[in-house]
Amino acid sequence: MKYQSQKVAIYYFYGAMALFIAQVLGGLLAGTVYVMPNLLSELVPFNVIRMIHTNALIVWLLMGFMGAAYYLVPEESETELYSTKLAIIQFWLFLIGAAAAVIGYLFGIHGGREFLEQPLWIKVAIVIVALMFLFNLSMTILKGRKTAVSLVLIVALWGVAIFFLFAFYNPTNLVLDKMFWWWVVHLWVEGVWELVMASILAFLMIKLTGVDREIVEKWLYLIVSLTLFTGILGTGHHYYWIGTPGYWQWIGSIFSTLEVVPFFAMVVFTFYMVWKGGRSHPNKAALLWSLGCAVFAFFGAGVWGFLHTLSSINYYTHGTQITAAHGHLAFYGAYVMVNIAIMTYALPNLLGRAPYKQTLNMWGFWIASSGMAFMTFVLTFAGVVQTHLQRVLGQDFMEVQEQVDLFYWMRLGSGVVVVLGVLIIVVSLALPGKEKSPSAVAQAAE
Amino acid sequence: MNEQVKEQPAGWGALDDLPGNPIMWVLIVSELLVFGAFFISFAITRFLEPEMFFQSQGMLDQMTGGINTIVLVTSGYCAALATSAVKVGASQKCRLFLIAAIGLGGVFCVLKLREYGAKADQGIHIETNDFFTLFYLMTGFHFLHVIFGVVLLGIAAFKPKVDSVVTVCAFWHMVDLVWVLLFPLVYLVR
Repeated sequence: MKYQSQKVAIYYFYGAMALFIAQVLGGLLAGTVYVMPNLLSELVPFNVIRMIHTNALIVWLLMGFMGAAYYLVPEESETELYSTKLAIIQFWLFLIGAAAAVIGYLFGIHGGREFLEQPLWIKVAIVIVALMFLFNLSMTILKGRKTAVSLVLIVALWGVAIFFLFAFYNPTNLVLDKMFWWWVVHLWVEGVWELVMASILAFLMIKLTGVDREIVEKWLYLIVSLTLFTGILGTGHHYYWIGTPGYWQWIGSIFSTLEVVPFFAMVVFTFYMVWKGGRSHPNKAALLWSLGCAVFAFFGAGVWGFLHTLSSINYYTHGTQITAAHGHLAFYGAYVMVNIAIMTYALPNLLGRAPYKQTLNMWGFWIASSGMAFMTFVLTFAGVVQTHLQRVLGQDFMEVQEQVDLFYWMRLGSGVVVVLGVLIIVVSLALPGKEKSPSAVAQAAE
Repeated sequence: MNEQVKEQPAGWGALDDLPGNPIMWVLIVSELLVFGAFFISFAITRFLEPEMFFQSQGMLDQMTGGINTIVLVTSGYCAALATSAVKVGASQKCRLFLIAAIGLGGVFCVLKLREYGAKADQGIHIETNDFFTLFYLMTGFHFLHVIFGVVLLGIAAFKPKVDSVVTVCAFWHMVDLVWVLLFPLVYLVR
């Protein structure tokens, strides 16, 4: 850490970790309701638990991205942040807004539109928070050095905010409603978020492998081009059955099949950089998370996405547990892991410590990742059985749910493992070691 | 350091050996993947519904398609001449060839729009059947690339420089190539 103002990232990282725990506990509860359907059905119905699970995920990932940006941008721009105070106010606003939304959900106050359930005033607050954030970062970049990493990041973050504006547009026509809904949901996770992920990975590769920035930047440009080329028209894979014209089945199938390419490029990129760099960075855990992120994103987003992206296959699998399998591994691999990677790298630097609790952190990596991999397999099997019984043989939905009950129990088991892994990860990050970093020691001696 | 520079002039690996901007080649390869996927889709659908494909194909205007092929290939030739010209520093000559390429690209667009218009008059549109869905998607995507290519050629012609002309012409040849494959496949092969 070179700039004092980078320290605001600490707020965001700790906030993100707290919400991370809330999110997986919500998931655990939801997984329990799957096997005991009447649990809490009066007090906190399943749809509300699910809302908390998904909303907490999105909020903590965004919070992590914000922390990453506050850490990375001053360092890339070689200047202090435009305003530290603004960043801190923004953090509390965001956290209070998120908490208010969750409390509202518990009392049944929500808009009901999946993932965008936030009441209007919360949405407005989100926009205000986003503007504060983007203003602060843009001003920092404008006054400092402009690098490919920070420019891709800031453009992507502006994209996140701009596409969120479609959350305010809710046409009464159900087809148009869904069409624009995907402009937020899809163009976030398979568009601008992917660019955020690529730029954070690029930053980590520069820091961890010591490969020339020039080479890393070229890979970043390559990944950005491939992401936009495939991801934007890849939106078509959500337009198969919502009432849009049939040609979307071709566009969606072809472009979204190619969406695997940028994720594969990220795998090649990270492994090639590590191999080329040949330097051993003391923060081994951060490197593990970076490589793990590329690999799990490739499988979760790329391979598991491709499994059901062709319209002729999606005709049968749409909205089954296959989707849940893909959703879980993709979010974990791409966005959870990139967040943990940057936190693992940045937190010791921010706190002026040598990389701490590395072994524990890596145990957390393996436990959470194994749990998530098993959950994905289980849900995939559940989805295949469900697809066959329900969509091919035409059995009743609830009848089929009873048939796949065993898989739901196994999913709950893997969920327990994931929660355990997450707790280990958070402990390993949130409770810093005592050993000062060599540079901090040197400063103290001066 | 010097050795590294020699080994990897710009750090793009294999892409460094290709003319023009490497990112253009990323785009070209991506485009070829997409059109390739469309050709495969076309072949599979044709295999599944041969009768419908045969009938629908008979409704296409082979003459316009043929003329457009000649127009586009000639435009590509002009672009190639422009590339040769700019490499020997003949900027003015290069600009003229680029303008010729743009003009022929424009002719392609006009003929294509007339063809679409005639189809519309016959009541044929993208939802008519699978053949026409693919016909409109493939030729439509290609058409958009022609327009995009014309814009790029225009930018290059504004101030001809070796790098920009070579880059833009590489794209233009890709547009050419796709049409040369698309035309026989969609219009002619029975």
